[in-house]
Amino acid sequence: MADDIRALSAQLAQDPQSLVFLRLGEALRRKGQLDAALRVAINGLERHPHLADAHDLYARLLADKHDYERAFDEWDMALRIAPSHTGALKGLAFLYFKVGDVAQAEAHLEAAQRHEPDDPSIAQALAMVRGGVSPPAPTPTAETAPTPTATPAATAPTAASPLDESRVFAGLEGAQEGLLLLDAAGRVLGGALRNPAGADVADAVAAYLAGVSQEAARTAKLLGLGAWGGLSAEGQHGNVHLAQPSKDALLLVVRDRGVPLGRLAILAQRTTAMARRWLERQG
Amino acid sequence: MTAAAFRHALDLVTRVRGVRGAMLVSGDDGLVVAEQLMEGIKGTAVAALAASLSGRLRRAMEAAGVGVSVFWHLQAEQGALLVVSGGGSGGGGLLIVAVAEPDGNIGLVRLGLLGAGGGGA
Repeated sequence: MADDIRALSAQLAQDPQSLVFLRLGEALRRKGQLDAALRVAINGLERHPHLADAHDLYARLLADKHDYERAFDEWDMALRIAPSHTGALKGLAFLYFKVGDVAQAEAHLEAAQRHEPDDPSIAQALAMVRGGVSPPAPTPTAETAPTPTATPAATAPTAASPLDESRVFAGLEGAQEGLLLLDAAGRVLGGALRNPAGADVADAVAAYLAGVSQEAARTAKLLGLGAWGGLSAEGQHGNVHLAQPSKDALLLVVRDRGVPLGRLAILAQRTTAMARRWLERQG
Repeated sequence: MTAAAFRHALDLVTRVRGVRGAMLVSGDDGLVVAEQLMEGIKGTAVAALAASLSGRLRRAMEAAGVGVSVFWHLQAEQGALLVVSGGGSGGGGLLIVAVAEPDGNIGLVRLGLLGAGGGGA
């Protein structure tokens, strides 16, 4: 196993765009080196944000660390990218069972079985769920490198900027025009924002938003509303959503009025998860 | 606006189920103009913070090119704060502020606020 890991690490070092990170991450996971596996998975996700198998790997690692909420998000993301991803279906079934939602667990396993009727592990998990026993924690469906589901554009190598900032939102819809990550002092951490005339307004908007998260937190606290989760606003020509990926960072998503506030909040939720991962990696 | 008009505007908002209270706030200085709040809500402080947040949002949104903020909504674990600009002179104008329960119908509160502010949905 150690030799395998060394060999896979060497392959990945030679070709960082390679999908061998999936096998390396899983090998590290099986060896119990979860932190190393997480680093490999996060690096892989940054390079291949539209690869369902990468989200699946990351979700398995989060589940191993008992971070079930984020594991759910990652498996959910994998399913959005590849609706028939059996690894994600099994993972969600595992989580649903954990919270006592047997019906959803069963439904997800049945969906997985429809896509892979010959997989004995799915039949076994279904039998366990129907018998009231937790299905085993998900494992990858194949030991070989999975087939990528990303579009060529999403995975094409890009020239990394010195600070790698342009990749904070790599792969997200509209990442180059209406997403901004800033710190508590109003400095831009990543993303880009242009006004309708095409002028770069990122720095100005970030500066105006400095202190918003603290004020939002104070307002919510004063009203006894607990922690704030988001701030949506309708403008005359566009809508914005603010979220807090970490205590010291603020995320702004801007779209035209054609994107309703509810949909904007969903987009912001996805973006927040990606920004959070990036910030964790920086820290 | 007269005192009766203020009351009417607040009534439009507070009659929506799930609303714990509403205020009219001067957007420029954050002072309470009129209020109908449930006991325990610190209206003066909330008004000041709501006005300050409105100002920051307005400047940021104008800089981003999406125009003046007409409605904003702070979502929190146990409720929400909703604000519309009711117009008026100065950069801030008059703000209509509502505090809603977590399971309140945000869509209806928004309509109530816009109605109170004299705007359409």
